[in-house]
Amino acid sequence: MSILVGSDTRLVVQGITGREGEFHTRASIAYGTKVVAGTRPGKGGQTAIDGTVPIFDTVAEAVRQAGANTSVIYIPASGAPDAVLEAVDAGIVTIVCITEGIPALDMIPVVEAVRRAGARLIGPNCPGITSPGRAKVGIIPASIHKTGRVGVVSRSGTLTYEAVQAMTDAGLGQSSCVGIGGDPIIGTTFLDVLRLFRDDPETDAIVMIGEIGGSAEEEAAAFAAEHLKGVPMAAFIAGRTAPPGRRMGHAGAIISGGSGTAAEKIAALEAAGVRVADSPTQLPRLLLEAGYRA
Amino acid sequence: MKIQEADAKSLLLAQGLPVPPWKVARTPTEVEAAAGTFLDKGASRVVVKAQVLVGGRGKAGGVKLASSAAEARDVGSKILGMDIKGITVKKVLVGAAADIVKEYYLGAIIDRSISRITLMASAEGGVEIEEVARQNPGAIHRVSADPLLGLLAFQARALGLAIGLRDPLLNPFVTIALGLFATMKANDADLVEVNPLAIVAETSSDGSSTQRLVCLDAKMTIDDSGLARHPGLGALRDLDEEDPTDAQARKLGINFIHLDGTIGCMVNGAGLAMTTMDLVKRYGGEPANFLDVGGGARRDTVAGAMELILADPKVEAILVNIFGGITRGDEVAAGLIEARAQQTRDVPMVVRIVGTNATQAARLLTEASFETATSLDEAAEKAVALSKGAAR
Repeated sequence: MSILVGSDTRLVVQGITGREGEFHTRASIAYGTKVVAGTRPGKGGQTAIDGTVPIFDTVAEAVRQAGANTSVIYIPASGAPDAVLEAVDAGIVTIVCITEGIPALDMIPVVEAVRRAGARLIGPNCPGITSPGRAKVGIIPASIHKTGRVGVVSRSGTLTYEAVQAMTDAGLGQSSCVGIGGDPIIGTTFLDVLRLFRDDPETDAIVMIGEIGGSAEEEAAAFAAEHLKGVPMAAFIAGRTAPPGRRMGHAGAIISGGSGTAAEKIAALEAAGVRVADSPTQLPRLLLEAGYRA
Repeated sequence: MKIQEADAKSLLLAQGLPVPPWKVARTPTEVEAAAGTFLDKGASRVVVKAQVLVGGRGKAGGVKLASSAAEARDVGSKILGMDIKGITVKKVLVGAAADIVKEYYLGAIIDRSISRITLMASAEGGVEIEEVARQNPGAIHRVSADPLLGLLAFQARALGLAIGLRDPLLNPFVTIALGLFATMKANDADLVEVNPLAIVAETSSDGSSTQRLVCLDAKMTIDDSGLARHPGLGALRDLDEEDPTDAQARKLGINFIHLDGTIGCMVNGAGLAMTTMDLVKRYGGEPANFLDVGGGARRDTVAGAMELILADPKVEAILVNIFGGITRGDEVAAGLIEARAQQTRDVPMVVRIVGTNATQAARLLTEASFETATSLDEAAEKAVALSKGAAR
């Protein structure tokens, strides 16, 4: 099955004619993802990706005429919130926003509108989702994956690649890898993804990669303690050495007022029975120690 | 981006909030002149406050009262040039000292766990809110603005009532709370704090005494992602308090934070950059910086980043860690080779490049006889060893 994206994903790429949009759409198609449409207002009727993907002016048309059910957004920060709302309005149920640098206050009403419509937003400022062997939506490199039964959820991009690569090298394949994004206001949290993994019959173990800032890891730990008993789980938290009060690259990665430290998060996870790695390369070993067998 | 009290006060004033007048002074003479103006207008005393972007300036002696212009000059000359948590005070705010009846706290933050703006208020004002949160969390009252409608008057009223305000100060509080929210929205702020929000006693010209609520201090941080659409706010960046490398990093479009250690780090991706620092520490070293070259970094960015790292004389070894996705390993390798040809200082370096075009990168690096590593742990361990070798 996998979560969020899979064999039944029919993807529309919002911003398919941009540099990033085109580059990553090619990689998604090469991976076997069904890319059914792209949007570029004013270029409806043309095609992209060597004539293989029809371009529509609006997401609504992509839904009506190409049957899109999932969207990925490669649109600059100034237009990205509107792109999310357009996808919601068109009835898209899973919206993945890769865009970085959207002002947090812009995302507050957008996240609420997505919630009210019953849709799901992943990101913004995220690398996307891959369900190995089925679909790749976003920018996670295809080469690091292996099909399997470990669910991976992360706030980061390249750090996720590092962890997934280590798992693949150790022979531990993945059911789905979800990058939820490094911004303070995001559509889908660790908690939401843990729920999805719990309910996914093809996910048997979970790896969670967090970082300093906010309290999403603590909320996830509380959920794990109650609802993921018996599910082998390992985590890594980045930013043990991060100085307080500084934004560590990601808008959401900041220790403020003494809270949001790595130490707090690690303590919460360990108290919930989650094994926490000192280095991402230890994650496969910790999963095995937690009783997982691929 | 943090901004100074005086600038935050200007932004509050622009939204109609009650902020008593102030002047910014950079020399004792300017302090004296500013104090004279307030004293001439009837103030019995003036307050001189250090303008620094760190908390705890009061405890550090950066806030002082004076009863005459001469005394203000004296106080000003002591505060100017003072070191507060590693920052040299270059300017002070001068204003009439208020006759404070009671102090409150009022702040607005982005509440990440519920994706809303939350206003917090407390009757325990004038002390750090984190301290109140630790000692007496029940004293902090909160309301969260509606994500679509914003902060509503009844919510602001409930907050005012919760901290004990009644007629005739309740309605002014509501106006202030709504104004605080408006200030946050108008400037893409992610934090606005008024601490203290104070009831002050004022004597009218007819000699009668009245009380009103005023914003005596202001703290504000602007969402960096919002700066592009507020060109005026960029000018409020306080270059006096910036590490000189910050401006250079901004120009290069990379995330760079200068730290105290000896191992310079160059990494792509913020999470991986933090992890690289953590592993340096784990293997017994101290990171000299956080550096995320960003996605798709080209060779000139890499060369510029290397220059930034080497500008720090404490750097004894450099660790380059690239997990190529959008970033191409061979571009980074070429940038490193170019940078090394130009650099004036020879510092041992270990390079780990995996992912996109890693094979081409490996060939380039081997030809140029760079020290390389395959795993992240190995790279961190080698960099720490190299730094220790250099120290000996």
